[in-house]
Amino acid sequence: MAWLFAGSIGLLMGCGTYLVLRARGFSVALGLMLLTYATNLFVLAAGGLKVGRAPVAGHGNPVERMADPLPQALVLTAVVIGFAMTALVLVLILRALSDLGSERVDAQRGGEEQ
Amino acid sequence: MSLVVIITAPLIAAALAVPAQRVAARAPSVLAAGTGGVILAAALLSLPSIAAGEVRHLAVPWLPMLGLDLALRLDGLALVFVLLVAGIGLLISLYARYYLPADAARGRFFALMLAFQTAMLGLVTADNLLLLLIFWELTSLLSFLLIGYDPTTATARRGARTALLVTAGGGLALLAGFLLLGSVVGSFSLGEVLAAGEQVRADPLLLPILLLILLGAATKSAQVPFHFWLPGAMAAPTPVSAYLHSATMVKAGVFLLARFFPVFADSAPWFPLVGSLGLTTFMLGAYLALFQHDLKGLLAYSTISHLGLITFLFGLGTPLGAVAGLFHLLNHAVFKASLFMAAGIIEHETGSRDLRRLRGLYPYLPVTGGLAMIAAAAMAGVPLLNGFLSKEMFFSETVHSLRIADWPLLLDVLLPLAAILGGVFSVAYSLRFIHDVFFNGPYPAADPGLCAAPHEPAAWMRLPVEVLAALCLVIGMLPQQTIGPMLRIGVGGILGTVPDFQLALWHGLSSPVLMSLAALGGGVLLYALRSRLFATHQRHFPALQAEPAFQQVTAGLLAFGRRLQPWLQPVSLQRSAFALILTAVVLAGLGWVAARPALSVTAGRAGMPLDIGSIAAAVILVAATLELVRRRGQRLTAVILTGVIGLVVTLAFVHFSAPDLALTQLAVELVTTLLLLLVLTGLPRTGARPVIGGRRTRDLLLAVLVGLGTTVLVGAMLQHHSSGSGNWYLRLAQPAAGAANAVNAILVDFRALDTLGEVTVLSIAAVTVGVLLEGLRLHPPGPIGGSAMTPAHPLMLAMVARPVLPAALMLAAFLLLRGHHAPGGGFVAGLVVGTALILQQLANGRGWTERRLQLTARPLIGGGLLLALGTGLAALLVGRPFLTSALWHGRLPLLGELKLTSTLLFDLGVMLIVSGMLLLVLDGLGRVGVSGVSRDGGAVSKGVSEGASGAGSGDGARGGAEAGIDRERAQRGDH
Repeated sequence: MAWLFAGSIGLLMGCGTYLVLRARGFSVALGLMLLTYATNLFVLAAGGLKVGRAPVAGHGNPVERMADPLPQALVLTAVVIGFAMTALVLVLILRALSDLGSERVDAQRGGEEQ
Repeated sequence: MSLVVIITAPLIAAALAVPAQRVAARAPSVLAAGTGGVILAAALLSLPSIAAGEVRHLAVPWLPMLGLDLALRLDGLALVFVLLVAGIGLLISLYARYYLPADAARGRFFALMLAFQTAMLGLVTADNLLLLLIFWELTSLLSFLLIGYDPTTATARRGARTALLVTAGGGLALLAGFLLLGSVVGSFSLGEVLAAGEQVRADPLLLPILLLILLGAATKSAQVPFHFWLPGAMAAPTPVSAYLHSATMVKAGVFLLARFFPVFADSAPWFPLVGSLGLTTFMLGAYLALFQHDLKGLLAYSTISHLGLITFLFGLGTPLGAVAGLFHLLNHAVFKASLFMAAGIIEHETGSRDLRRLRGLYPYLPVTGGLAMIAAAAMAGVPLLNGFLSKEMFFSETVHSLRIADWPLLLDVLLPLAAILGGVFSVAYSLRFIHDVFFNGPYPAADPGLCAAPHEPAAWMRLPVEVLAALCLVIGMLPQQTIGPMLRIGVGGILGTVPDFQLALWHGLSSPVLMSLAALGGGVLLYALRSRLFATHQRHFPALQAEPAFQQVTAGLLAFGRRLQPWLQPVSLQRSAFALILTAVVLAGLGWVAARPALSVTAGRAGMPLDIGSIAAAVILVAATLELVRRRGQRLTAVILTGVIGLVVTLAFVHFSAPDLALTQLAVELVTTLLLLLVLTGLPRTGARPVIGGRRTRDLLLAVLVGLGTTVLVGAMLQHHSSGSGNWYLRLAQPAAGAANAVNAILVDFRALDTLGEVTVLSIAAVTVGVLLEGLRLHPPGPIGGSAMTPAHPLMLAMVARPVLPAALMLAAFLLLRGHHAPGGGFVAGLVVGTALILQQLANGRGWTERRLQLTARPLIGGGLLLALGTGLAALLVGRPFLTSALWHGRLPLLGELKLTSTLLFDLGVMLIVSGMLLLVLDGLGRVGVSGVSRDGGAVSKGVSEGASGAGSGDGARGGAEAGIDRERAQRGDH
């Protein structure tokens, strides 16, 4: 299970990296989203993976066996900030399109999408 | 008390100067002069007790951890400088009142002058090294502002910049020196440093400390090779030149030498370093002064030369040297300030200060001419004037000083010769100043660049010059009675004791008198031979100027920076990103090799068997991700695939005991899809691209490396996991925060400061998006938003959406309230509210929504931030640390027992911010679609979200100011 989880994060990370290195802004934004997913899962895993042990009292779980709440709190804000950053990147792309006439990240040099 | 008056009077006056100008144009000068009078009175009142050896202190703790206190001291040396700064300041304010043109910004001028006065007074009275440095840099800064008083002239800007670079750069060296000195002594208190002279002199750090402090002093006092900024500073108005750049600020470097005289004067490197610095400056300044054609340029180089002389006298390191240094410092301030003011009068009356054009002014300006002659004679060292006395002391020191006894060659030949040579040039340039301007033939009244009939200035403008010239005479003739007591006080402040010295006009026919006579005779001879000398100078030393070299160096540095930029910051983002990721991979790899953690492939964590659901989810994730990479060009497909991935991630959160995360992620997925779809409408369609294999393979390789590395890292992390700080939060959530939901307790209570920072980031991102969207012009490739046949707002959607809003608001309130005890909270509640609002706009149009809900995003964000911050600050009011939570327990009729925490308010703030962000981002993007379409497609295809299209579409360029009218019309058209 651990390796399945690890492999999934690895795949998201690798694909995200590949997309971030593309020339078109939209691809870069998609890549950033994948990296966000991967990072959030990674941080969650840092607290250890536990099934059915939500860090909420009153569900019969003793404190010692609950999932670590700290990574969850970190990820929770990261999810929302991730959305804001995605929006920012996308609007930047639109702005580049409006001002430079191209959505390429290297609009000046005209790097090629491959 | 006197210290408080001295330091605060000019500060208050500086604040009042600008408003005072509105009362009356001349009011700021009266204010400045009055301030000078008040300071003088305060200083004179404390004179008797200071003369008796008392030292007054004033200390207010400021940053005690850093050793920085607002500590001031008024001892003899400080008092002499206070009198100098305030006295000359008083005269300059009077002079500037008549010098400045009627339409000048007097308020600003006098505010800056008074602020400078504060800084200068603070500098001379500071009792703490760091405080001294702060005032030191303030004087540099205000000098910069005053030189650039007229920012429309290029010379003023360049002069101001050069002066700031040199003096503030020296200030940095001084800071380093002070820090070292403070670490050696163990305190930044000036009193303790002065008492620890022996310890400092024995320390191995002595030489670096001395060099750094000297660097600060030399830049400020314009010593060679840092002298070039002073002539450039002559672009300032003449009152500034007279005050800052001859009488006070440039003396700050010398003041520093005097202040630390007891610490360093007896150290071995002091005389060779300071003495040679001063002597070189003295001679070079005197030489260059003779060849200046600008009246103020001549005075500037002469100032450099005299500062060198004073530096040399202090550099001797003997008590008598210090006496002579202080004496000449005061004399120089008196005669040079009056000469600058005379030069200002000449420029004021003739319109020029070019020595090659001016001549024969004496019949027109007899009184000013007479005063200038007195001051210039003092500068040259003519007997019966103050300059003669201190110069004779200088000559005497070059021959008799105890210090020089150790250096036989210097004693016999070099020093006296150098002194005489410098003196000869001083006499020559003083003579030139007088003869070239006032005599040398008839006044060229026909010169178009000159005023036809110059006349004496207003009596009040001449008064300061008269006062100073009178001082030159009185001090020159009755030194023992006038300047003697002042010198004793000042030297007592430097040394602690007063050495035995005699101020008299005539000491007998000794070698100093002969040297003075030689200098006078030689100077007259030199001036007589000037035409030949000028030619020689032009031929051999045309480039003997440091200023162009400095400009070259700064220009070179800038060019170097520009050349370096493409290397450090390549234009290609793709390449930078590649380099960045590659570096991260290499570093991580190196770390792995260095640590070599044990890693087993088989050892899974106990109790975590593979289940069929997880495998299925992983398969979907892998397929969707790979497909996303492959079909990223087909954007709609890509958006759908992103949604799939997001949902799998949400499921992972559900599975691995993170219900809060799952809720949030689900809501975010929704709005992300909305966001992507809105963006898609603005992006052009993408066609096939040429493929370049090299880059693709290279990127793929890197991506695989990153993926494998992450996999290994996560796998290893999951094997070696140990319970961290989580248990602490879990155990304390209920008793300390009153929360069953530990995640929410961390967010709004334990680590609320983090959350506050994060929602601030969120707000900044949202506002940035709003700014970027303003004025965005997009030209979509084809008609989007449907044709005339498709209704803009489908009836079904509109009808369904309306009841959704209250339901969504209820849900949000529910999520917010239960957040403390069960999955929920401000973030997800905010997402729900934002989504519901956006849905209204999509379904019913913006006009419809805006009429019913007067909602704008920015007040929501701002209000939310203020609420969160206010909750935190409220804790401060009751004396608890920032963001401490409070629990309120009470009973309400009907509702029964109620338990409320202040964190609920904080969470409410978070909710407002998140919903405001959503509204700002998505609504803004929606607007862009409208403007783009309305420009290209006209009214029919303008259907993305503008409900008021029927009324408003006729004028696409209509601005926000008319929105109200639009709304009115829309209301009629909509129903």
